[in-house]
Amino acid sequence: MNSLVIRGGQLVDPAAGVDAPKDILLKDGRVAEIAGPGKLKGANGAEVLDATGLVVAPGLIDMHVHLREPGQAHKETIASGTAAAAAGGFTSVAAMPNTRPVNDSVETTRWMQAPERGAVVRVFPIAAATRGSKGEAINDYAALKSAGAVAVSDDGLPILKDGIMREALAAAARVGLSVIQHAEDTRMTQGASMNLGPMSFKLGLRGMAPEAEWALVERDIKLVTEMREARPHLHVAHTSTAAALAAVRQARRSGLRVTCEVAPHHFLLTEEHVGFYNTNAKMCPPLRSAADRDAMIEAILDGVVDAIATDHAPHAVHEKEVEFENAPNGITGLETALGLCLRWLHKEWKMPLGRVLSLLSAQPAALLGLKGRGTLAAGSFADVVVFDAKAEWSYRAAASRSKSRNTPFDGFAMQGRVRWTISEGRVAYAAEK
Amino acid sequence: MLIGMTPAAPTVRRPHNTPPVPASPFPYHPGSLLSVQDLTVEGVSRLLKRATELENMDPLVRDRLLAKRRVALLFYESSTRTRTSFELAAKGLGADTTLISSLSSSIEKGESLKDTGLTLRALGAETIILRHNASGAAWLLEQETRLPVLNAGDGMHEHPTQALLDLRTMLAHLRPGIEAVDAETLAGVTVTIVGDILHSRVARSNMLLLPRLGAQVLLCGPKELLPELAADAGPGIAIERDFEAALRQSQVVMMLRIQAERLAGMQLDLGEYKASYQLNGPRLGAQAPKAVVLHPGPIIRGLELTAGVADGPQSAILEQVHNGVAIRMAVVERALTGAEQGGRA
Repeated sequence: MNSLVIRGGQLVDPAAGVDAPKDILLKDGRVAEIAGPGKLKGANGAEVLDATGLVVAPGLIDMHVHLREPGQAHKETIASGTAAAAAGGFTSVAAMPNTRPVNDSVETTRWMQAPERGAVVRVFPIAAATRGSKGEAINDYAALKSAGAVAVSDDGLPILKDGIMREALAAAARVGLSVIQHAEDTRMTQGASMNLGPMSFKLGLRGMAPEAEWALVERDIKLVTEMREARPHLHVAHTSTAAALAAVRQARRSGLRVTCEVAPHHFLLTEEHVGFYNTNAKMCPPLRSAADRDAMIEAILDGVVDAIATDHAPHAVHEKEVEFENAPNGITGLETALGLCLRWLHKEWKMPLGRVLSLLSAQPAALLGLKGRGTLAAGSFADVVVFDAKAEWSYRAAASRSKSRNTPFDGFAMQGRVRWTISEGRVAYAAEK
Repeated sequence: MLIGMTPAAPTVRRPHNTPPVPASPFPYHPGSLLSVQDLTVEGVSRLLKRATELENMDPLVRDRLLAKRRVALLFYESSTRTRTSFELAAKGLGADTTLISSLSSSIEKGESLKDTGLTLRALGAETIILRHNASGAAWLLEQETRLPVLNAGDGMHEHPTQALLDLRTMLAHLRPGIEAVDAETLAGVTVTIVGDILHSRVARSNMLLLPRLGAQVLLCGPKELLPELAADAGPGIAIERDFEAALRQSQVVMMLRIQAERLAGMQLDLGEYKASYQLNGPRLGAQAPKAVVLHPGPIIRGLELTAGVADGPQSAILEQVHNGVAIRMAVVERALTGAEQGGRA
């Protein structure tokens, strides 16, 4: 098979503890060799990418995306979603099961990974935790796992029944999967379309109380505590409130296997960004208060947050061009995550580059049990992102590779521009010169 | 888990520089009136003055001001006062009006607000007056059509022309002869808004307008219909849950209807509600014998206020209705001519 040399770059591989000028040889989809500049032994005949002045890092891993296939190809396809992922530096995406039909079967799990889908980066399905994501009966996790599922979740439709959640946690623990919970007690959020607060009152919109998130996280942690012998892994998706984060922090201190992710919009924006009914700032969980946003920043900086995930949720333009309360929840995020993380976490809030990259690669790889990814140690998958860490640019939604344009970050300043994204040794994205 | 059983409020350990909130592009059209906040105090003043001029003008002269201009009334909710007064206002200025209501149009077939707006624009509508059950609908319509849009009530959000006609009514009683308003005009005046504040666009527009003219707004009602955070909506707004204590401070009492259509499953004990918040003769006589009683309508006699109060000497409810025509003439003229532009706040 092909071989590829990335020459002259700064290799930043936090999982391997490397931050040094290195050349890297990719062969047959794997990392074959890493050596000091000009020192590669087996590079003869390989195609060369000149990464002088650029950062070379493990390809990014987004553990929370919606690719809309099967069933809603007008919003996104696996091909278009992974093209957006590649443009954003991602080489692996974990796809949520709220497709049509819901991915609660071996067949759909396999279908999503089939070569015919045209994915340009690796897609890891997250299977539905319960049949049809109805929260009533759990699926066959062993079968789903052997078909390729990397976690189970009823994302968007939280598992409210204690008994079912307990069963899901136990069954997932038996086969070594995590249960990813969209923490929202939907009994408390009927008809709500933004965060509950002065802003929702002013805009005349029904609000989601932050307690609806915290209440379900608390309930889940209680279950995990009761079942601690079985070592279940609870992962809290898109954490958005200070109270929920505090609960995760506490659970972690008690030695429980409770992890969480935060989305860029939740550590950057607040309910004020809804402005006058900007449906591209509508998602679930919603943009919260400034205090909640600051709590996300703190928790990322102090290490409580295990991963940054985008919750990439494309919707067609016409679906968002409606009354705010009628608009679907969700924003795109694959193309903006790296640029925002570098602009804010790294440049503004001084988080070391390696730690930022770890939250976007090594840590989500560990959470999902993706072996050989999230690092560029010799023998790993040749999943690489090469980017100019200093480049400043503005995001333009109109130029997105996603089928959809629903982002609140249109026109936002970004830092760090992807030059190449390489998925298992193949160039999945190359920036136009 | 009940709301209220919350852990301690999050603490901010250190301030972070974060992305700024982009400036609002609204209103796109200077003739639009989406929110009372689209108007400067000076703009409010000009509209009030113009309303009086138009009201006093020879109808045959007035009739030529907007002769044959096209005004569309797009109504997704039923309305008596707002619809009729906008229509009479536009016709009084000579404009052609057309009414599109959700129940007798292609809206019933699933046509979106955007497409309805674009269709009206293609038919030659020069301004659209919109009443809609969704908060923010007027912003969406303006963004998509770029026409001057007049918000005739959007969900639970705003009803700016109602606040303007309420202001005109208050001024006639409290500041007779005064039309040019400024930041001090209503200094010393307390306006109490009573009842279903949560679901009321009239309350929101009034509480955002009146303090800018110097008034103090008191909000009064039970917790279910008046959340604490209403007091944070803007300056000059406070909550007083004791109706009689509020009445004693008030020069104006604005009663609101309980919006059964927006309660969304909320259970309310009407007997209890009436005992605490109904405006009846004895209560009004004892606590606020001089206050002006307002109500945006429709009134439910025997619920939020008694028939005696509605028909009584302190009631200015029908004056409000009457003032609607003059105010809306000024607002429609502003939309179509740009002659009386209030500018942005």
